[in-house]
Amino acid sequence: MGNTDQAVLEKKKPLEEVVKKYPASRENLISILQEVQDAYGYLSRESINGIGRYLNLPASKIYGVATFYNQFKLNAPGKIQIQVCRGTACHVKGSFELLETVKRALGIDVGETTKDGAFSLETVACLGGCSIAPVITANGKFFGRLDKKKVEDLIAKWKQGGVEE
Amino acid sequence: MIKIKINDRDIEAKEGTTILEAARAAGERIPTLCHIKDMFPSGACRMCVVEVKGRPALIPSCAYPVEPGLEIKTNSQRVITARRMIVQLLLASHPFDCLTCTKNGFCELQSLASEYGIDRVPFKGATRHHYTDFSSPSICREPDKCILCGRCVRICEEVQGVSAIDFTRRGFNTMVLPAFEMDLSETACVNCGQCVLACPTGALHEVRVIEKVMQVLQEGKKHVVVQAAPAIRVSLGDFFDLPAGSNVTGKVASALRRMGFKKVFDTDFSADLTIMEEGTELVHRIQEKGKLPLFTSCCPAWIKFAEINFPELLPNISTCKSPQEMLGATIKTYYAQKEGIDPKDVYVVSVMPCTAKKYEALRPELSSNGMVDVDAVVTTRQFARLIQLYGIDFKTLPEESFDAPFSTSTGSGDIFAASGGVMESALRSAYHLITGKDLAKLEFEDARGFQGVKEATVNIDGLELKIAIVNRLANARAIAELVRDGKSPYHFIEVMACPGGCAGGGGQIFGYEPERIQKRIQALYQIDKTRDVRLSYKNKPVMDLYKDFFEKPGSHKAHELLHTGYNPRTTKE
Amino acid sequence: MSGIFIGMGTCGLATGAGKVKTAVEKWAQAHSMKLPITPTGCIGYCQVEPIMDVVTDGGVRVSYSNVTPEVADFILDETLVCKNYKLDGILGQFRGPKSPLPGVPFLDEHPYFKKQVKYVLRNCGVINPESLSDYKAAGGFQGLEKALGMGQQKTADEVLKSGLRGRGGAGFPTGKKWAMALANPSDKKYLICNADEGDPGAFMDRSILEGDVFSVLEGMMIAGFAIGADEGIVYCRAEYPLAIERLIMGIDMLRKEGILGKKVGKSGFQFDIRIKKGAGAFVCGEETALMASVEGRRGMPRPRPPFPAKSGLFGKPTIINNVETLANVSHIMREGAEKFASIGTATSKGTKVFALTGKVKNTGLVEVPMGMTLREVIFDIGGGIPNGKAYKAVQIGGPSGGCIPTEHLDIQIDYETLKTVGAIMGSGGLVVMDEDTCMVDVAHFFLDFITKESCGKCIPCREGTKRLYEIVESIVSPYSKMASEEENLLRFNKIMNMEELAQVIKDTSLCALGQTAPNPVLSTLRFFKKEYEAHIYDRKCPAHQCKGLLKYEIDTNVCTGCTACARKCPTQAIVGERKKAHYIVDEKCVRCGTCADVCRFGAVKVS
Repeated sequence: MGNTDQAVLEKKKPLEEVVKKYPASRENLISILQEVQDAYGYLSRESINGIGRYLNLPASKIYGVATFYNQFKLNAPGKIQIQVCRGTACHVKGSFELLETVKRALGIDVGETTKDGAFSLETVACLGGCSIAPVITANGKFFGRLDKKKVEDLIAKWKQGGVEE
Repeated sequence: MIKIKINDRDIEAKEGTTILEAARAAGERIPTLCHIKDMFPSGACRMCVVEVKGRPALIPSCAYPVEPGLEIKTNSQRVITARRMIVQLLLASHPFDCLTCTKNGFCELQSLASEYGIDRVPFKGATRHHYTDFSSPSICREPDKCILCGRCVRICEEVQGVSAIDFTRRGFNTMVLPAFEMDLSETACVNCGQCVLACPTGALHEVRVIEKVMQVLQEGKKHVVVQAAPAIRVSLGDFFDLPAGSNVTGKVASALRRMGFKKVFDTDFSADLTIMEEGTELVHRIQEKGKLPLFTSCCPAWIKFAEINFPELLPNISTCKSPQEMLGATIKTYYAQKEGIDPKDVYVVSVMPCTAKKYEALRPELSSNGMVDVDAVVTTRQFARLIQLYGIDFKTLPEESFDAPFSTSTGSGDIFAASGGVMESALRSAYHLITGKDLAKLEFEDARGFQGVKEATVNIDGLELKIAIVNRLANARAIAELVRDGKSPYHFIEVMACPGGCAGGGGQIFGYEPERIQKRIQALYQIDKTRDVRLSYKNKPVMDLYKDFFEKPGSHKAHELLHTGYNPRTTKE
Repeated sequence: MSGIFIGMGTCGLATGAGKVKTAVEKWAQAHSMKLPITPTGCIGYCQVEPIMDVVTDGGVRVSYSNVTPEVADFILDETLVCKNYKLDGILGQFRGPKSPLPGVPFLDEHPYFKKQVKYVLRNCGVINPESLSDYKAAGGFQGLEKALGMGQQKTADEVLKSGLRGRGGAGFPTGKKWAMALANPSDKKYLICNADEGDPGAFMDRSILEGDVFSVLEGMMIAGFAIGADEGIVYCRAEYPLAIERLIMGIDMLRKEGILGKKVGKSGFQFDIRIKKGAGAFVCGEETALMASVEGRRGMPRPRPPFPAKSGLFGKPTIINNVETLANVSHIMREGAEKFASIGTATSKGTKVFALTGKVKNTGLVEVPMGMTLREVIFDIGGGIPNGKAYKAVQIGGPSGGCIPTEHLDIQIDYETLKTVGAIMGSGGLVVMDEDTCMVDVAHFFLDFITKESCGKCIPCREGTKRLYEIVESIVSPYSKMASEEENLLRFNKIMNMEELAQVIKDTSLCALGQTAPNPVLSTLRFFKKEYEAHIYDRKCPAHQCKGLLKYEIDTNVCTGCTACARKCPTQAIVGERKKAHYIVDEKCVRCGTCADVCRFGAVKVS
């Protein structure tokens, strides 16, 4: 679910502005982490320390929460973030092979980003698109009813000109 | 009282207790791993599961309150199978280097494996791995041996309010690590070692020093002397099957002598010295309207805690060094001079109930003329190891005394290891410094006790002195915040990082047992009671030391050697 | 007046409903016709989306399936211009107050819908989820009014009388849970709607939130009223952006209307709702882990007692209800408990929404009365197995559930009956499997999922499920050429331990995730033992799915030596000279299947 709005990323809104939407209370930690990740694309060490100062929470607590949840990325993501759904329906329809195809086509493993920063790859437990399984998303856009060839073609297309809006 | 049945025995359990507590009170054994006494149950390890009639699954006895009519089985086949399998599962992820592990013989996992007769580990597969962290001068982390019981995390967070480490990641890959998985030395860790006490396995232990000490002794090139802290004399017995709080002062001295230390000194002596300096400082600040409240400074974990979290309060902290450091400095100057030994050849070892003292000895401020005040710090545990290594039969050791000139101590010096002891000692002497008289009643009951915060108002000849005594750093944080915000009514605050004071220090025998700490504290007050001299200013050798060397408390020389300074400190972000 | 409805839930959008909308707008412009387009949620027939409904001049609504922009043009031409309704791909006409179209089938008689009973999904795909007036016209907020009039205790009693049981999977009687919280006095109580829906293959809650969000909000208000809470929190997984959007919009509208955030009518009841997004942790569907997450902590469960109804969020009495449970509540209060209780079996009342997916002709959402058999759901509604394949099993209950084989297909869907065959109701995921599905792989898949989602707090789940996974992995993983005797012995050893390990995990885990983690293994072991034996003893996968047990070989009689496979092989496992028969080196082969795909001569044989 990454928001790779280049404009926001480039503008780099100061952290104080991003977090002030939420009162400085522990219970808002996860919402704040989500907000900060939306603003910067991922959670950098500076961000986490800044949030710690805002909430008066030790960095270890925030790091512990950030590493617990799948959603949070601690490394900068690629320009195109691909999620391969590994839910039951997708699995039964062949998402495992799909994942292998994507891994091979991009040359990276799950959780990694390509060296040129163009692509990053994740798996998701279930995206809810079970009726059009197997499903992948690219920057949040759904692509369903896929097979090996369709996915290879999509990736080739994206390598050329990015994901269409 | 509630009537329940445990293993077909009729038991009366106190209302509001858990099945675990009721079983233990009735003498039924239930093992635990993640349980910390007096703290809210975590329910993580599942070792304490029991079978309860009418319930389909096994119940964690640590979290289930007693109800009338419960029928509990703590040793049914189902329960034992479950417990065995849990131990086997733990062993499957655990390195098998028991024989070379620092915790060999003290490891709770080892004990459980033995207790449950584990003869094989039927699972073989993935294990967790993280590098061993040697960065801290006090605490060594071996995450591979961690069983994720969470005791260290809870102690560091809830009792100490530091949270240097926490659970990270999720599922099988969970590990207890500092933020960003950085080195411990870069975090806000204050080296108190409470996590080491809490850790059931060898995942956390103190930095090794035994080999270094043995080598120095063996080489014979240096004049090696040793000092033993007040707490040691009532804690060492734990390692030799003596009841908690047994007074083994004489054996401490003889054991150390047998190891080959040239001189065996008593840190209690310098505790009295500290009182002289600190009492003078307190009176001076009160009379000259100096910075108040005054915080004590003998606890290095507290010092580091303050440097990180309350840099604005550093001027409030006493500039006095801790007793071990004062004695070290005195040894390398006064004593070396007196004995005609080149100070560079003097090697000072101290035996402490504390892991933070290892960090303290390395503080750059705590040296003079290029020589550190204390060269090596050995914890109570390491001392026991040394006794074992040297083949010393503790039981048959004779009672000996410490060596002059640092052997005499007063009751005031002895109680330093108890939370409230420094305060009490300081008050006894402060009374004299202010009024010139001796106190009639020397016991300050308000200062005594295991609870985390104690307050009192003391009347010294019309002067109303408001005092506070805190142990456990979470409490220290609260008090420090009051002071920082200008809301504190206190003049003098004693801070000890560990529960109950140094008697509950991070260098003591493993395990978190409040009763044991309390017995040690009681023993110390008992020693104080039986002393002829109980007032620091009546310690003749201390007075002689001033006459011969320091002139008077607070003198220029005293300040040079017995006082220090502090610096704000940041953790790596 | 004519109008168009388009199903624009997530699955509708994923199949191109957005493009259909644009096409309709263009058509309307081209024909200078005023054609209001109403987006709806998902009506459940996801297999044939996008779905578009046309409302005739006579006010009759007709539904069409598999609508692309071109098909849309065609439909609009035929229906609105030529008044010809009976087209290919017609699903049927809605029943309504107006006279039905002659000769046109009814939607509710369509084989997909015929056996369904739309109780909780009655509005999804029918009304505009973004219109409060639409919701009210369909009876919305009458349930709340009734509840406020009856009072807290009577409301809880009514829900208890209806027999509604938690639809998240546990099946605890909802009314009873509410009564427990009501009985605990406190200055503050919370009502949490669990919209985490983590079961892979389940999207019932998502569709309800997208298609009929007000029903959930009203349900929350009724529940909040009954227990004495003034604050409601929806914990919705972040992977559902449209659902979250609808929630935000719904709450906003209700606040503007003064229904949320202000005292409602004369009752003095005041309630407000806020949203907390999940951050990607299946375990946070568990009550206590959910609350930990709301409190800003790692989502790790805690032991119970104390139960949330007594001490929950921030230590206050808290009730957590599933989306589907709450969506039922407004209808129960409005129409009465008896109507709900008249549907279903003796112990399981009402309907259940299932997400029917996998190897079945009609994938989508179905709502059926409790007591219907699985056979009816899969074959009558679902249309059976596509491509002429044979049915093998249906997985019910997600990673906590079990697989049900042919011999139990006639089992009635009921909380208790399902347990007798080693399964659970679960949240509603129904994944159909055919003869090409390997059941050992299914167990492997779920264990992989569980090990990744385990929170790691308790030993039996953290360590035990990992070891269970490794045992199953050793069954499906490659044949090792070396020391096979030793390896076989190890494997047998492990398998013998498997059942004991599974039992301990069930007995001692801290939360339901761990307690139910062994279910898929135990269930597949129970009904498909032969498959396991084939994997273990024969080292073969009968369904040809377990890559590690497949062997890729080149038939030297067919191979022409064109080198196409050798060039494409990602691990350079194929050796051979041009024009000479090639050979696959087994140790290097990762069973990706590229060579088989690339070979124009069919020389690659898989066994």
